[in-house]
Amino acid sequence: MNRFAALLDALLFTPSRNGKLRLMREYFAAAPDPERGWALAALTGELVFDEAKPNQVRALAAARVDPELLGWSYDFVGDLAETVSLIWPAAPGGEGHVPSLSEIVEQLKGASRSEVPALLEPWLDALDATGRWALLKLVTRELRIGVSARLAKTALAEWSGVELDRIEEIWHGLAPPYQPLFDWLEGRRPPPEIGNLPTFTPLMLAQPLEDADIAGLDPHDYLAEWKWDGIRVQLVARGAERRLYSRSGDDIGGAFPDIWAAMPGDVTLDGELLVIRNGEVAPFNDLQQRLNRKTPTPKLLRDFPAAVRLYDILREGPEDRRGLSFADRRRRLEAWYAREPRTALDLSPMVPFTSWDELAELRDGARQRGIEGLMLKRADSLYVSGRPKGPWFKWKRGALTLDTVLMYAQRGHGKRSSFYSDYTFGAWRGDELVPVGKAYSGFTDEELRRLDLWVRNNTVRRWGPVREVSPQIVLEVAFDSVHRSTRHKSGVAMRFPRIHRIRWDKPFHEADRLETLERMMT
Amino acid sequence: MSPSVPQPETWIKTTPAGLYCEPGGFHIDPLLPVQRAIVTHGHSDHARPGNERVLATPGTITIMQSRYGELAGGSLQPLDYGEPIAIDGVGVRLIPAGHVLGSAQVVLDYRGARVVVSGDYKRRADPTCASFEPCNCDLFITEATFGLPVFRHPPDRIEIDKLLHSLSLFPDRCHVVGVYALGKCQRVLALLRRAGYEEPIYLHGALIGLTELYESLGVPLGPVLPWADATREALKGRIVLAPPAATTDRWSRRLPDPLVAMASGWMRVRQRAKARGVELPLVISDHADWDELTATIDEVAAEEVWVTHGREEALVYFASKKGYRARALALTGFEEDE
Repeated sequence: MNRFAALLDALLFTPSRNGKLRLMREYFAAAPDPERGWALAALTGELVFDEAKPNQVRALAAARVDPELLGWSYDFVGDLAETVSLIWPAAPGGEGHVPSLSEIVEQLKGASRSEVPALLEPWLDALDATGRWALLKLVTRELRIGVSARLAKTALAEWSGVELDRIEEIWHGLAPPYQPLFDWLEGRRPPPEIGNLPTFTPLMLAQPLEDADIAGLDPHDYLAEWKWDGIRVQLVARGAERRLYSRSGDDIGGAFPDIWAAMPGDVTLDGELLVIRNGEVAPFNDLQQRLNRKTPTPKLLRDFPAAVRLYDILREGPEDRRGLSFADRRRRLEAWYAREPRTALDLSPMVPFTSWDELAELRDGARQRGIEGLMLKRADSLYVSGRPKGPWFKWKRGALTLDTVLMYAQRGHGKRSSFYSDYTFGAWRGDELVPVGKAYSGFTDEELRRLDLWVRNNTVRRWGPVREVSPQIVLEVAFDSVHRSTRHKSGVAMRFPRIHRIRWDKPFHEADRLETLERMMT
Repeated sequence: MSPSVPQPETWIKTTPAGLYCEPGGFHIDPLLPVQRAIVTHGHSDHARPGNERVLATPGTITIMQSRYGELAGGSLQPLDYGEPIAIDGVGVRLIPAGHVLGSAQVVLDYRGARVVVSGDYKRRADPTCASFEPCNCDLFITEATFGLPVFRHPPDRIEIDKLLHSLSLFPDRCHVVGVYALGKCQRVLALLRRAGYEEPIYLHGALIGLTELYESLGVPLGPVLPWADATREALKGRIVLAPPAATTDRWSRRLPDPLVAMASGWMRVRQRAKARGVELPLVISDHADWDELTATIDEVAAEEVWVTHGREEALVYFASKKGYRARALALTGFEEDE
């Protein structure tokens, strides 16, 4: 357990992605089986002990430590696993046997709810504070060490030299502790046979298209369709099994029983998850309501009906269609949908055009809700995982922009920890500025240095880590759309705000008003 | 205590300027300038400038003079550890507190009653200062910076080894360690030397004066160099000590690929370390941890315990439960930093 605990501890404190990857690679190289398999499961969020609950941890601690002192400590530390790991008193009979991660997992997996505390207690006695912390993080299922499932798999790919896509393709056919996977990655066995399982196919992604690049492309080579403002998903059905995967390969089907019910048999489809009411796409915020809930209430399902707008077909019955051209796949998708219409599924319509100018006009004219821009796909493009350059482009509608005033700044993280790089900006409402958003990208390193210095020299007040600056700098902010929001004082929330230009020249009282932003709401 | 012995609250008072001994007419670590001050140690929230007369250990007086120059006090009276004097009928002695060089507890004897003011203190050995001496008393006025049972400082050696291990793991990264200028800086230097680290250690400008002062008072700290004299290239794989605020601020940009460490008792709590942008937390503290705070209360065998600056409520609760008369002393102006 000590090795795994040291890994979690190091991952928590290492800010950089490369540093985290290195730590995981070294761990996979050093740890034995099945320990590293269990660790991989923990890192990818696949290790779940249904019978272990935070309340059991709290009760164990309260039996060993004065409850008042435990309460004050918890108030100070703010995290149950960490509080208990730090406050846990030395064992009365000295230290016992330090369990391995494998022992812990194997025993917890087989334990009933009433047996869990009796397992945890001697482990807490035997482990040191870092070991206790790691154990309790596992039990309470909240690692929060800044590692996504995808990053863990990336480390696995880098360590083994096997491509990430190949790992992703079979991932959902595997189960912890992944012995066949490690055997394959270390060259001892052929790839695991995943058989007829509803696995995830890594998505094909598009390159952004700049307006200037378009002259080099022949409009006859491309087909166009709308780019919808939801989240990209993959529907997979095989036999009786159904999955709804997010673009990172997480199964989010549990939160979308309405999609689930509509899922057809034996097919893999690519599409956009949206909230659609009476055929009209709702703002992204509405979809967010659904994404926030792991188990939706009947009311939520009624008020925020989800649907998938289909883009592509990757598999039909036993046939892999990825080797066909996009034009062929599209015809098959349409034919398939004609045979299998479903209420919570519809087809993303194609956008016919003959010239780029015509298409640009269509794009800019499309003020319809839920459209982010256009997708351009070469008619002859095969479905290739990853983000190949050339076959697919996303051509986003020109962003909305607003001239705002810089109000607060905060320092960033990692390489930016010494720079005031997170900016809160506001718009005028009457004579006062109200914050309308926060951005931390879109500027060059040189501009960042200049802004950082300016913030330091123009701070009027400090609120903990936040500096309030005198309202002087106009930031032209670009954003994709703006929505009503009850969370913000201004009543609006921007989607994807970023700094477009720093208007050193513009007087701050000429910045935009909140009403201007409100009129941009879709 | 016999009935003729005065209750402590009749002669030890809390005033806006801080703790006041009424019959002696002096304050201890006053927050505002006063006529007569006894200063426990040189940290700026305890030793403030501008008092008329100051009594402190020779070490603390040297530190105050170096920090404040003329403003250190109208008259400065050094008093060696253990040497008794009387101030208007109150017996006064300074005994080691083990916190930083020169740090003292104040022992007050008045009409058969004894009060000990701990100042800031720690119990474990520190090569840069004299060790804490427990002293039996009727009232113990204790600090409580780490007055919660989550604070248990590991042995120093484990933490120093973490730093040395990281250096071997990342030989190209400059390891910048956040340390307070007085005490922590010199202790970390001394601990590194004890662990066998003989390379030059680089210092941020703000740390040089006090480090030289320690050396001049006979505390050997090995080769130290001003950071500013080194090239960026030369700092790769080196240890640089700096004030905590500098480690993640502009100054740190001049270091090659800095790895930020921090030596502080607060590093025990991960989220606190994380929030300060620390990559390598080192739990090295100049304050007593929970076990030391509670054990010391038992050891000095006072009937009454007053708890000041820190997490008073938990320590008051603990002491009350063990049968001591305990209360929190509301003194403001002390900093959470160590």
